Amino acid sequence: MKRSIVCRCEDISEEDVIQAIDEGYTDIEELRKKLRIGMGPCQGRVCIQLVARILEKKTGKKVSTIPLPTVRPPLVPIPLGTLAREKHEK
Amino acid sequence: MKNKTDVVIIGGGINGCSLAYRLAKKGMDVVVIEKRYLASGATGACGAGIRQQWSTKENALLAIQSVKIFEKLSTELMQDIEFRQGGYLIAVHDNKEMEQAELNVALQRSLGLSVDILEPQEITDVVPILDVKGMRAIGATFCPTDGHANPFKTTFAYADAARKLGAEFYTHTTVTGLTMSQKRISAVTTDKGTIQTDVVVNAAGVDSKAIAQKVHVRLPLTPFRKEIMATERLKPLFEAMVISFKDGIYFSQQKEGQIVGGIPIPEERGGYKTMPTFAFLQHMSSTLTRYAPILKHVNMLRHWTGFYDVTPDARPILGAVAGVKGFVQCNGFSGHGFMISPMVAQVLTELIADDKTSEILENLNISRFRGKKIEKELSVVG
Repeated sequence: MKRSIVCRCEDISEEDVIQAIDEGYTDIEELRKKLRIGMGPCQGRVCIQLVARILEKKTGKKVSTIPLPTVRPPLVPIPLGTLAREKHEK
Repeated sequence: MKNKTDVVIIGGGINGCSLAYRLAKKGMDVVVIEKRYLASGATGACGAGIRQQWSTKENALLAIQSVKIFEKLSTELMQDIEFRQGGYLIAVHDNKEMEQAELNVALQRSLGLSVDILEPQEITDVVPILDVKGMRAIGATFCPTDGHANPFKTTFAYADAARKLGAEFYTHTTVTGLTMSQKRISAVTTDKGTIQTDVVVNAAGVDSKAIAQKVHVRLPLTPFRKEIMATERLKPLFEAMVISFKDGIYFSQQKEGQIVGGIPIPEERGGYKTMPTFAFLQHMSSTLTRYAPILKHVNMLRHWTGFYDVTPDARPILGAVAGVKGFVQCNGFSGHGFMISPMVAQVLTELIADDKTSEILENLNISRFRGKKIEKELSVVG
């Protein structure tokens, strides 16, 4: 069976996204919470643009009008020990 | 948008959606109005924990009875809500805390809960990655039937089940006014239209205060920004939620493998700020790696904020208010709205559909703040 991966972090395919849209999850925040897209180590760098284009195809909303999910810090993964050390050195 | 209904629920979080389901099951005509999308507020930002170990009888009862509902909820709603019972381990750090823990355990046992006091050496039997010395624990309490569920999936499952029973959900819809006639609710106005109704449930989380102000009801709610973080996914390391009332920390490993946890920042103040702080990352990571040093090599991935709607006694405000008939409160959850939602929906359904009150509703009515001495819930974290 053909399966196009949209989100590599959470192993979500184009078919999974289409099914969720058909179930009524029609904005990126809702899809994110349903499918965990954008919650992995890449924080949505890979998947969000792809999901926005699937949404455009399915719902007719233009990509440029689809709100992006909130960006969560940190921008790159940081070891807990590194963050903790920062405090201990103060 | 339809123009008439039995009940309008303001707020599509876990409590609004679970109540919509129970009321619809009773045959009532229900509309839910949500400003953003379902679970977009405190529900979607929460730590997913389900705890029965409380210091006040009402919270303990609501939680114990909610767990009984959670145990069968995936079947009842016909969707997997990822409920699992790995227990809650509550660290005890000194003799004073131990005295309170003994009181709490006695209350919880009197209500039928199975909960134990652990010796320090028993702590790592439950959660092997903990460093008992680092966490400065002299013991712990442990309830094996506490646990977790997925807050999004639970909310969505309740909403889907409610829709099948005829409830209608309007998301991205803002309430602009409440209309009263002869001291009772008669309509709700939104930016998409007006609905006639006799009953309005105020389940708007941190916005409940502003909703109540529309009919000149003052709710003693203070918003507190709370911060929470998630690590990368790890293989299963432990099943229990670990919490400490003294340090304010809570953390657990979720089903997908990430460790999720939070802690209040030292200079925490009330208010509507939503920005995450660097102070949290430092405080959380240093406390977490003190509790579980092995985690210092683990990557932190994401960090977000949500609100606790905190009442003066850290207990929810449920039920009727004087002077505005048909205006039902379902707010002030003070950080534990998710875990008690199944039973909150139950008692409020009895009130709305059957006009039946209960000891829980009487004791959690807003009138408790008027002059009387309030009993404060002591077992609060995050």
